[in-house]
Amino acid sequence: MKVLMFGWEFPPHNSGGLGVACAGLARGLANRGIGITFVLPKKVGVSADFLKIIFADISGIKFREIDSLLSAYATSVSYREIRSRTVSSIYGKGLFEEVMRYALRAYHLAKEEDFDLIHAHDWLSFGAGLAAKAASGKPLIVHVHATEFDRTGGMNINKRVYEIEKEGMEKADAVIAVSQFTKNIIVRHYGIDPNKINVVHNAVDIFEPGHFASELLELKRDGRKIVLFVGRITLQKGPDYFLQAAKKVLEYNSRVLFLVVGSGDMERQLIEQASSLGISDKVLFAGFLRDQELAKVYRVADLYVLPSVSEPFGITTLESLAHGTPVLISRQSGVAEVLSHALKVDFWDIDEMANKIVSVLAYAPLHACLRENGNTEVKKLSWGRSAEQCSGVYNEVMLRERAHTVIA
Amino acid sequence: MPSVCFYFQVHQPLRIKKYRIFDIGNDHKYFNDHSETNLNNRKILEKVAYKSYLPTNAILLDLLKRYPQFKVSFSLSGVFLDQLEHYAPEVLDSFQKLAHVDETRSSGAARIGVNPRVEILDETYYHSLAFLHSRAEFRKQVDLHRERIIDLFHQEPKVFRNTELIYNNELAKEVERLGYTGILAEGADHVLGWQSPNFIYRPKGTERIKLLLKNYRLSDDIAFRFSSRDWSEYPLTAPKFADWVSAVNGNGTVVNLFMDYETFGEHQWEDTGIFNFLRALPEEILKHPDNNFVTPSEAIHKYPAVAELDIPHFVSWADVERDLSAWLSNPMQHDAMRKLYDMERDVIEAKNDELLEDWRRLQTSDHFYYMCTKWFADGDVHKYFNPYESPYEAFIAYANVLHDLKLRIDDIKRSKENMA
Repeated sequence: MKVLMFGWEFPPHNSGGLGVACAGLARGLANRGIGITFVLPKKVGVSADFLKIIFADISGIKFREIDSLLSAYATSVSYREIRSRTVSSIYGKGLFEEVMRYALRAYHLAKEEDFDLIHAHDWLSFGAGLAAKAASGKPLIVHVHATEFDRTGGMNINKRVYEIEKEGMEKADAVIAVSQFTKNIIVRHYGIDPNKINVVHNAVDIFEPGHFASELLELKRDGRKIVLFVGRITLQKGPDYFLQAAKKVLEYNSRVLFLVVGSGDMERQLIEQASSLGISDKVLFAGFLRDQELAKVYRVADLYVLPSVSEPFGITTLESLAHGTPVLISRQSGVAEVLSHALKVDFWDIDEMANKIVSVLAYAPLHACLRENGNTEVKKLSWGRSAEQCSGVYNEVMLRERAHTVIA
Repeated sequence: MPSVCFYFQVHQPLRIKKYRIFDIGNDHKYFNDHSETNLNNRKILEKVAYKSYLPTNAILLDLLKRYPQFKVSFSLSGVFLDQLEHYAPEVLDSFQKLAHVDETRSSGAARIGVNPRVEILDETYYHSLAFLHSRAEFRKQVDLHRERIIDLFHQEPKVFRNTELIYNNELAKEVERLGYTGILAEGADHVLGWQSPNFIYRPKGTERIKLLLKNYRLSDDIAFRFSSRDWSEYPLTAPKFADWVSAVNGNGTVVNLFMDYETFGEHQWEDTGIFNFLRALPEEILKHPDNNFVTPSEAIHKYPAVAELDIPHFVSWADVERDLSAWLSNPMQHDAMRKLYDMERDVIEAKNDELLEDWRRLQTSDHFYYMCTKWFADGDVHKYFNPYESPYEAFIAYANVLHDLKLRIDDIKRSKENMA
């Protein structure tokens, strides 16, 4: 089977879980013998040659690039900023124009390529997926990693983004959602037939333990504990709830540092919030980290907190467990569905969040059990398993397609 | 022969409410949840009373009346009896009625006395694991339970059963020293080997006490498998079960059917037909002329011990492992248990009734069962019986309560020092 996949940047050029998920799934599918032509926007400084190096150990993945300024998590504002720094005039003036232009290029690319079905990740590539379907007549699967409702917390939904998401899901032959949580949103807010939506949870590839972060250990001098937030600093990720809980925790235990890793449009607001809560000396903003640096942070932390307001999945949770750090996660998340050995809390329940943070830091046996059992549990959530479920969806779509062709 | 010996365990723990870090030092009422969750002890007790205790007691009362040979035994934990007294005195009445009135003997008006066909056993008052940690505390709790049973049921228990049928040679020796003539245990394969649970045994290292072993296959056919549609014997009928019991004829003297009383109406709901099964069972068993019913004391009196049984390691009736792992297998359980019993001396010396009572209530085995992480992810029976969202929530509430208890001890110590 050959798949034309529209995806986004892989690590180390990603800016969030979307790239991680695309890479993990593509790898898992290729390992199952599925041929993949992976299409992504061309970025200055990144070339298909580089991707070939990352995936050198895997055969069956081929890369195609389309010259475009699109990127994962692009918004109208962020697109205009990138556009303003670009000399070339071939790109769309606004985000939606660029999405259309990307789709048109995808149409021509699809004419050149040989494949059995199309798989498009998130709304920015839905247009490309639909164009490829029109060009080839091959079935389309759209993969929903987040909806406009997650990104905005349900407030000030961008109508055009919503329309593109809805059209893509309606016209697709099947929809893949990263969780039951996301499937429910798709059914409720987009009116999509639940029978058409398949849940394929995200996963994590267990990495070899790297060397320990000695310089970070300094932070834990005098028995101080570290509580970690990793994510884009946006409304969706609930960093403001994290700080409110931090304030409560510090009333019971002053020897705790709260480490915020990530960047985003709420960063300044968050720094100001820490000051006004009077806890700025207990909150460290580390900025965006990746690879070894991020691994060090996971390892040094005593507890990872995912306080998301609406989290389709939450891959960082699995990364934390893989690094042996227990987790406290929002019930409003997809990852809460796949983990038993995690503490869970409603994102708005600051008291309960603080109660659980204080408890994990105070009771060593609790920390030990969560760490041990969580680590065992996360090892079962491999990309190989997700790829298996994904190829099940492929087979179903292909079977229906063949039956359809025979009847026609 | 064989004789059928029924023993029903009746117990409800006092579950700890969602006790948070903020409550430490401020709130000493650990068991007074009023929410709609399953941590509300009164709510649970009333629900189970309505679904199980009241209807099953009514059925047994009727069966005792109709079949003069029918006999049963109960063990009721002290924490359960306390809750009945507070929340559901009419249910306590119905248990007393079973044990007091032998209606087949009385002519005319019901006569208060002791019904020899309903035997009440002894256990630790707080349904605790005290035997594992403190011999003094164990004896005290057995004493308390004994007094309570004599007070409520006017009979002096002769047979002992430890919490969750936890048992080993040492326990048998201790219980013999306390004067009991019999003790119950799980007829686990790994202790019996080729031997049968359908005989009476003598625990290794004892002189007189006799050991009755649960026939777990037949007991669990009722308690666990009764409504299981995956079971090849589904549906289980009274004639079929009576045939299985009769098949023991010639290969045993007593068939011990030990189970939670909540089997009837709570674990197996009424719509599974469990009540009809119970109603029909005595008649079916008595249809075979060799069969009869015995109470544990009668079994001990009637049948000799066929052999000595050596059980050096603890067995219990919990989980497939039939060991202590349901209560003591992960670091949270070990830590909580150790901290609890480390307080023993301070609690006793504080001479404060409320403190002592709370400390003892915290010994109930269920608190530790709720912290069990074994099988948790598989969503099995542990999850079903857990009123907390996870073992971790159970531990957090418990650890916070222990923290508060420690502060209370310290306060009492300090005020005594100031007085001195």
